[in-house]
Amino acid sequence: MSNPGTLAVAVAGADALRGSFDGPRGPKPRVTFSRRNIFIYGTLIFAAIYYLIPLYVMIVTSLKGMPEIRLGNIFSPPMEITFEPWVKAWATACTGLNCDGLSRGFWNSVRITVPSVALSIAIASVNGYALANWRFKGADIFFTILIVGAFIPYQVMIYPIVIILREMGLYGTLKGLVIVHSIFGMPILTLLFRNYFSSLPEELFKAARVDGAGFWGIYFRIMLPMSLPIFVVAMILQVTGIWNDFLFGVVYTKPDTYPMTVQLNNIVNSVQGVKEYNVNMAATLITGLVPLVIYFISGKLFVRGIAAGAVKG
Amino acid sequence: MNFGAVPVLQNLDLDIEEGEFLVLLGPSGCGKSTLLNCIAGLLDVSDGQIFIKGKNVTWEEPKDRGIGMVFQSYALYPQMTVKGNLTFGLKNAGVPKAEIARRIARTAEILQIEPLLDRKPSQLSGGQRQRVAIGRALVRDVDVFLFDEPLSNLDAKLRSELRVEIKRLHQKLANTMIYVTHDQIEAMTLADRIAVMKGGLIQQLDRPQEIYKRPVNRYVAGFIGSPGMNFLDGAVTAKDGAPRFVAEGIDIALANYRFDNQHAGPAVFGIRPEHIGINSGEDWPFSATAPVEIVEPMGSDTLVWTRLGGQNLTIRVSSERAPRTGDQVTVGFDPINASLFDAASGERL
Repeated sequence: MSNPGTLAVAVAGADALRGSFDGPRGPKPRVTFSRRNIFIYGTLIFAAIYYLIPLYVMIVTSLKGMPEIRLGNIFSPPMEITFEPWVKAWATACTGLNCDGLSRGFWNSVRITVPSVALSIAIASVNGYALANWRFKGADIFFTILIVGAFIPYQVMIYPIVIILREMGLYGTLKGLVIVHSIFGMPILTLLFRNYFSSLPEELFKAARVDGAGFWGIYFRIMLPMSLPIFVVAMILQVTGIWNDFLFGVVYTKPDTYPMTVQLNNIVNSVQGVKEYNVNMAATLITGLVPLVIYFISGKLFVRGIAAGAVKG
Repeated sequence: MNFGAVPVLQNLDLDIEEGEFLVLLGPSGCGKSTLLNCIAGLLDVSDGQIFIKGKNVTWEEPKDRGIGMVFQSYALYPQMTVKGNLTFGLKNAGVPKAEIARRIARTAEILQIEPLLDRKPSQLSGGQRQRVAIGRALVRDVDVFLFDEPLSNLDAKLRSELRVEIKRLHQKLANTMIYVTHDQIEAMTLADRIAVMKGGLIQQLDRPQEIYKRPVNRYVAGFIGSPGMNFLDGAVTAKDGAPRFVAEGIDIALANYRFDNQHAGPAVFGIRPEHIGINSGEDWPFSATAPVEIVEPMGSDTLVWTRLGGQNLTIRVSSERAPRTGDQVTVGFDPINASLFDAASGERL
């Protein structure tokens, strides 16, 4: 900003004003242990510990043998690390009649989650695109209905859906549950996609129309390539939501097709025999691993998608 | 071409000659972009008809209208290269590959964007982006070019460069071009004809010089020209058959003013700052003494603010002849250059 003129003046004046140049200059020094820093970091560290202690207890316990657990020191690290509880939880723990651990539930959950996520995102993104860009007749009413749908408690719809699925011959099957998950994901996902597509410049859409692209042409060639972040957001929402779902799983499936969460509940809450805390902890950790992995892989994109105005208004 | 009526636009009838450069000029919200979108087929008209090249295209899809459009935000497809952007429309239309290559080469040459063809839009500067956006319309060999404030996002220097380039393009291609802007300089420099719009109505449709010299109402007079026209409030009186404009401390004989519609009553006298002389020594039909309040040097010209009978009067003089603040100067002008408006309706008298 300084032009040569003022610079020259400053240099000339430097000698005359030598004394006044001894004062503060450059960046202001920062005190590491200021009261403000102690307060901020103290709060953050406390909150972090508060959230991490249960996780720590779970991991530690899952690596102990039962005799060690009976000693009652839940915070102490394991004296002798054993992976026995993890193996048992995965492969041999009993739930009801089956004694093949969580593995059955894991594969059931995969077979529920993957198609549900794919189907719901595919439909909702097209919905959102149509609502945002093609202002068709009745678009607003349609959108309002969808939004209202997002606020209806699931519980009131459970029984009607049982009947519908029974009539369609899908009750108790994985296919039935996939349909239920896809439908219930629709309101929030459509809202998400609609808002994202509305935030993209409208002129792009107009330019594509002038260039002769149709409904699907614009969707696949223009909109999709610009929407990776929001697809990741939708995927994370759906994967965690569907993977962690318990209610629909327990209502719409049979013991053979129970998702992992229901099986976990059955293992942890089984009343016969000794409570095997280490197996329970291991089973819980295994169940929670999938959403956790998804977060770690796509966390950055998730933040970008959120920041892109995806979840606003 | 004819354009019918739309809700934002009421009773609008516009005939554009083939090869004409028409500028729709108006403040934001006056309906000029709406009109352009209707022509493009991006908005449905609630009533009326649109003809392009004698063909009724009112119900046609945008791609079938023979139009190309350039947007303010460039609207380049971000994930495609410049080449991809240019070919997108042609591929949609099923143009053969050899033909696509030929047209790309020609467009790139005209707009001098050959070195940019393999770049993504994010790697281009604003001016380059807008050139590509123009190319996207050019490559489709359309009858009518629609420009929606194409230069508004550019800085002043680039804007004047691209303005010349668009004018050159028009001379070269001789296509019909419809250009929307709120910038009156763009309108004056580019247009064969300007349609000044306000509130969905075309106020005046005429050649730029005509609009500048003989604005049909006070709105157009104030909108066109920078610095703006001086307006003096007063009244027209007709004494002994000779019309005069009278206000406090002002009495102007209107002997050589060309009246469209002469009647007495409250009126506004408008005169452009460059039509007023200061201490020129000429024999003006009207002259008076006025104090200089503010002097604004603008480089080649200087804008002098004076007061005439209690009303502001700005005068544009060459910088060498500029007076100083506080001077008393003689100002003079010829009513033949002036515009008189009815005070109530704003219509030209």
